[in-house]
Amino acid sequence: MSLKSFVFTASSVLALTAGAAVAKDSITIAMQLEPPHLDPTSAAAQAIDSVVYVNIFEGLTRFMGDGSIAPLLAKSWEISDDGTVYTFSLQEGVAFHDGSAMDAEDVKFSLDRARAEDSTNAQKALFAGISSVDVVDPMTVKVTLAEPNGSFLFNLAWGDAVIVAPESIEDIKTAPVGTGAFKLADWVQGDRIEMARNADYWGEAPVLASATFKFISDPTAAFAAMMAEDVDAFDNFPAPENLPQFEADPRFQVLVGSTEGETILSTNNKQPPFDDAKVRQALAHAIDRQAIIDGAMFGYGTPIGTHFAPHNPAYVDLTGGSAYDPDKARALLAEAGLADGFETTLHLPPPSYARRGGEIIAAQLAEVGIKAEITNVEWAQWLETVFRGKTFGLTIVSHTEPMDIGIYARPDYYFQYDNPAFQDLMATLNATTDPEARTALMQDAQKTIAGDYVNGYLFQLAKLGVAKAGVLGLWENAPTAAIDLGAISWAE
Amino acid sequence: MNRNLILGAGLSSLVLLAAFLSFVWTPFDHAVLNIPAKLQPPNGTHLLGTDHFGRDLLSMIMVGARTSLAVALVAVGIGMGVGVPLGLSAAAAKGSWLDELIMRGNDLIFAFPSLVIAILITAVFGAGAVNAIIAIGIFNIPVFARISRGAALSLWEREFILAARVAGKTRARISAEHILPNIANLLIVQGTIQFSLGILAEAGLSYVGLGAQPPVPSWGRMLADAQTMVSFAPHLALVPGCAIILTVLGLNLLGDGLRDWLDPKLRVARA
Repeated sequence: MSLKSFVFTASSVLALTAGAAVAKDSITIAMQLEPPHLDPTSAAAQAIDSVVYVNIFEGLTRFMGDGSIAPLLAKSWEISDDGTVYTFSLQEGVAFHDGSAMDAEDVKFSLDRARAEDSTNAQKALFAGISSVDVVDPMTVKVTLAEPNGSFLFNLAWGDAVIVAPESIEDIKTAPVGTGAFKLADWVQGDRIEMARNADYWGEAPVLASATFKFISDPTAAFAAMMAEDVDAFDNFPAPENLPQFEADPRFQVLVGSTEGETILSTNNKQPPFDDAKVRQALAHAIDRQAIIDGAMFGYGTPIGTHFAPHNPAYVDLTGGSAYDPDKARALLAEAGLADGFETTLHLPPPSYARRGGEIIAAQLAEVGIKAEITNVEWAQWLETVFRGKTFGLTIVSHTEPMDIGIYARPDYYFQYDNPAFQDLMATLNATTDPEARTALMQDAQKTIAGDYVNGYLFQLAKLGVAKAGVLGLWENAPTAAIDLGAISWAE
Repeated sequence: MNRNLILGAGLSSLVLLAAFLSFVWTPFDHAVLNIPAKLQPPNGTHLLGTDHFGRDLLSMIMVGARTSLAVALVAVGIGMGVGVPLGLSAAAAKGSWLDELIMRGNDLIFAFPSLVIAILITAVFGAGAVNAIIAIGIFNIPVFARISRGAALSLWEREFILAARVAGKTRARISAEHILPNIANLLIVQGTIQFSLGILAEAGLSYVGLGAQPPVPSWGRMLADAQTMVSFAPHLALVPGCAIILTVLGLNLLGDGLRDWLDPKLRVARA
């Protein structure tokens, strides 16, 4: 042990000396999940976006770290007066990693591919309003929408809307070819992905020459890797209980931010007795959010009362409508004819917010007479039985897509909320471009689902970044799943 | 009386006592969460401290003992109940196709690492205490089958068995009336040792999430939950860890002691 620590000290002295001469230009960032493949346009897996978004693939617009939308491959755009025609001027001199030029044909190909009948895009709804994509000239694209869509530029910023090339689409899953500042250098499956700077990048050259994404799924191993300084940063640290130790250690910085993850007790609205709004209301009053945040997340997280991110300006705090009140919950159950309680199932996927939160919720539900039988499931099994099979009573999951209240307008979505009034509301929202009117509509939408007690709304998932003290430019919040390598540098 | 026996019996009965006591009394309700009181080190109110949900660890250990003992006991029961008759039949039919079939079947089960098959069983039928029992039970079968066959084979050569055969008793009856009582000592000793292995196996399965499901406390899952908190709340891991060690140690000592005590040769030497 002493020999080991000697070697460690010796090597860090060496590193310090080297660092004085040249600023470090490589970084190793750990993530919990490994992407199944590297095509952001054909899967919902967050890990894909974390690795490739903005680094390898770029879209017409992009999210910035603060959640705002900025132009990327589209240099500028004009919107027709009726809000249905978007004319994008593309950046000049942009090349894909294979050397071919990025032009209007590639944009048309990417958007048409995403919205095609047989498209496997995980967020097809983003493109549903497009009626045609036309090439005006090599540097200009005209997108025509069926109806005005106030969030169209926002939609184009998603990882699912990145621009890909028809020449390299075949092998995109293993050999992604984009226009970004980094190229895929190596992928050691089960261990790491390495990236190297794209020397021919069209924009400002990144500070980092290379980057490694390392996949560490086990929270204990994550803690050990960070403490041993094997990795320079952890994108979203899986064990909130360890953060105070990092905070107390001058070698590290802790970045506590917000994600777009509304963590909810998803309820199968079609399964009796949850088809009765009174029962769902009882559920909502049986849950003590603060206890869940303290117990499962060690205090990290913001209580929510509806399916909306608290950092969004249009957010309404509706937590009061479903305050912790076990007596009221029991009374509501009695009104619904379930004075003796009932039994249901609670499926818990692997993250600790679900596993620990589930134990707490099961205990809280037991207080009012609801017996929730816990079943711990892996993600594959969760997708199979809960998300696709819809054979569940309750489950806990964090919905990490930004601005995803629209899922409540999909009656076939796994929690099966079917309210035509809400669906109309969403349709109106999509057709509205006036910011104030949109805010009002979004607030109506939040109130509608909170009033219907569709799901148990728990808390906004925190982003718990841990990094070595010298790392600069990491995103504190996660407006979308992304690790923006271009913004990262080391302190001198 | 030897020291092993006394120490082993003492430790084992302590665990047994805790398990039975938990049916009628625990210091706190093991299922009640009290999050403001989480992660307390051992103190006057909570003798072994509290876990990350503020549950009383002593109460959880007591109820967890119940889970461990029940799983191990039933699993050993399955192993003995199936394995011993198989072993006796194989011995009674020594050299026949039945003997071959039983023993090669045993070899087959032995050839698989038990935890891998346990994971397979729980993956197919779902995680839970009952499936853990079945998985552990299956792996006790060949142990008992081999032990009883080996011991029975040597007995079949003895004069009193010959006498019974001459008297016209069937092989099945001889196995039940003469062989079984004479290998009972051996089975009890082996049973104790398998029992301790069963407790370890249950802890292992719960540790990877395939044993008893929450909220039923289980020592293995308590260990798994404690893993990321060891650095600032070591009692979370030490308490269930020590419970497992002491129980397994106790049962092993008990098995050793019983063997010495029950072994006729040693008994003669003592006398």
